[in-house]
Amino acid sequence: MNVLKFIRYYLMTNLIGKPYLKRQRKIGERKIEKITGENSPLNPPLKITAYTKEFVSSHYFKGRYIEGVKPVAWVTSGAPIEILKALGFFLIYPENHAALCGARRVQMDLIKTAQKQGLSQNVCSYVRTDIGSLLSGKTPAGKLPKPDLLVACSNICQTVLHWYRMLQEYLNIPLVIIDTPFVYRDIEPHQVDYVKKQLKNVLLPIAERAAGKSLKEKDLKEVIKFSKDATELWLEILNLCAKRPSPLTVFDQFVFMAPIVEMRGDRETVDFYNTMYKEVKFRVNSGIGAIKKEKRRLLWDNLPIWFKMRELALKLAEKGINIPISTYTYAWGELAPLMDLNKDEFEVMARVYLSPILNRGAGHKLKTMADMVKRFNLDGVILHSDRSCKPYSMGQMDQRNKLIEEFSIPAMLLEADQNDENAYSEEQTVIRIESFFEMLGVSNG
Amino acid sequence: MDKAIGIDVGSTTVKLVVINEQKIIINKHIENTKPRIKEQVKKLIEKVKSDLKEENIPIISTGYGRKLVEDAKENLTEITCHAKGIYNALGFGGTLVDIGGQDSKVIVIDKKGRVLDFTMNDKCSAGTGRFLEHTAGKMEISVEEIGKIALNAKKELKISSTCTVFAESEIISLLAYGEEIDAILKGLHRSLVTRIVGMINSVAFTPPIMLSGGVAKNEAIKKMLEEETGYKIFLPKYPQLMGAYGAAIIAFEKYIKNSRGI
Repeated sequence: MNVLKFIRYYLMTNLIGKPYLKRQRKIGERKIEKITGENSPLNPPLKITAYTKEFVSSHYFKGRYIEGVKPVAWVTSGAPIEILKALGFFLIYPENHAALCGARRVQMDLIKTAQKQGLSQNVCSYVRTDIGSLLSGKTPAGKLPKPDLLVACSNICQTVLHWYRMLQEYLNIPLVIIDTPFVYRDIEPHQVDYVKKQLKNVLLPIAERAAGKSLKEKDLKEVIKFSKDATELWLEILNLCAKRPSPLTVFDQFVFMAPIVEMRGDRETVDFYNTMYKEVKFRVNSGIGAIKKEKRRLLWDNLPIWFKMRELALKLAEKGINIPISTYTYAWGELAPLMDLNKDEFEVMARVYLSPILNRGAGHKLKTMADMVKRFNLDGVILHSDRSCKPYSMGQMDQRNKLIEEFSIPAMLLEADQNDENAYSEEQTVIRIESFFEMLGVSNG
Repeated sequence: MDKAIGIDVGSTTVKLVVINEQKIIINKHIENTKPRIKEQVKKLIEKVKSDLKEENIPIISTGYGRKLVEDAKENLTEITCHAKGIYNALGFGGTLVDIGGQDSKVIVIDKKGRVLDFTMNDKCSAGTGRFLEHTAGKMEISVEEIGKIALNAKKELKISSTCTVFAESEIISLLAYGEEIDAILKGLHRSLVTRIVGMINSVAFTPPIMLSGGVAKNEAIKKMLEEETGYKIFLPKYPQLMGAYGAAIIAFEKYIKNSRGI
């Protein structure tokens, strides 16, 4: 560790960052009161909303000064990060960063930069956003720390393999690719063995070299425990959304899920979700819903349309429609039971990281959706056919048909994109959504 | 006598119908959509009201410009209105194919007239009336004639591009190679119908197939759809008015029937 850099990091994060972000939170809290007045179809957001922004921003703020203080790794959202956390790595998730750019609506400029560099518009818009950010140095996070290591896991898509090779080319640092074979039905012992070997024999030694220290079992156990606790709490929070009215909308969940993705394995994240759980539970007990009049409840499949969150949230709430759950937000909670603290850590991680919804067959997702419809008392399903996320969107046509024919659940495909506004047409989207509402018996006054 | 008005403000034409208590169309108007839709619609409604010598007629609007009809009690999407219109016009459910100027839709309607499922083409103009209109225009043939010409063609050429703009360049090269216009036109119709069949295959299809929208007047489309799907196609008397008709029926049921407690 570089002492001067550590002093700078300490001073900037504690003396400048903390009070600044606290002040921003206070401003945020006042803003929230203003935007959810009497006329809003939404109830006031959770108190923890403004703190969530402070919490996530503090992570990015630390990132600005972390170089030379801690080893840095850029990782995919489904990477086995517990090993890295236990070795003291500071983590950046380019996918989350791209989502942040989309939500702040600064992504199109970055996408243009990447396309100018030769990336086709058919490439995932997260990749284009991030490569654009890397090339231009522009980011709403201020500055992203340069990584010492790249870790990509194939459990979410094949695109990450090319994306991270590209990053490796630009940054000239080690890249570890964890290959998680596709799970057609049940996880096979040889698959667990194969992933476990990669974690132990490939990721671990390379990460240890980059961190300049050896892994301690005690540290790994502790990180897995924090991961498990936070994931369990997130799952319990989502399960509370089965209540009528639901205390959260999916749009709230898209925001509140940031820590479970990018700060998984930290003690503070467990504290965060503990506080959030209590507040959500209180809302459920008091019968306070996320929207004022919840008439219909839907399921959302796939990633959000990050740049249209607020508009969609309001449009739905105005009609009395809530989306209390999605396969996407649930994916960050449903693996909690697999995190068995009494088993070999590498075995546990191999199983967990083989199991994400995107690494399993289309039938598994269909079953998850059909179960959710029952458990969450839903009236229909919106399947976001996301041009960028092919593995998530593949099979949706069949899933949609089966939901209608076999389960008698109204379902609709909505063609859009997670981050690329050029793949989104407002008027057509509105017509589809309104037609679906009318089909469900909710009309325009 | 009680009446209701339905108005369908489409991308190409504005359609207005007035119905009576028996749900019979007693008045209908079709005119091209002008750039100042709000004023156009206002004038049209005033004219109809003054012709009928009645002021308080409930109106429901639909179509792309549905939110621009200030006199409407409410606006509904074309999906709901077309389903309502065709169900009342034909008296049964099934799968409705509506080919309009700017978009096409396939709507599955159950035995009670409710929408079960739908799909729309909303990424490009392939499979829409505009596709035919534009390409026919290139060959200097009116849109009313193209169906007949295509039906009588002996030869059929394949138009590979489904994009309106690229299809146009393809046609120009075919013409340059000395190909016959009727064979090109038949290929164009096939291209559109293939797109529509793709849409039919993507919904929870229920026979019979019904056809509406301005393009339903084109006989070649009906015949080719029958060939491609193997099902007989049913057409209402006024295919172009189904959206407006459905809107009028909903207006009647909601604002006259309900208010009288029928």
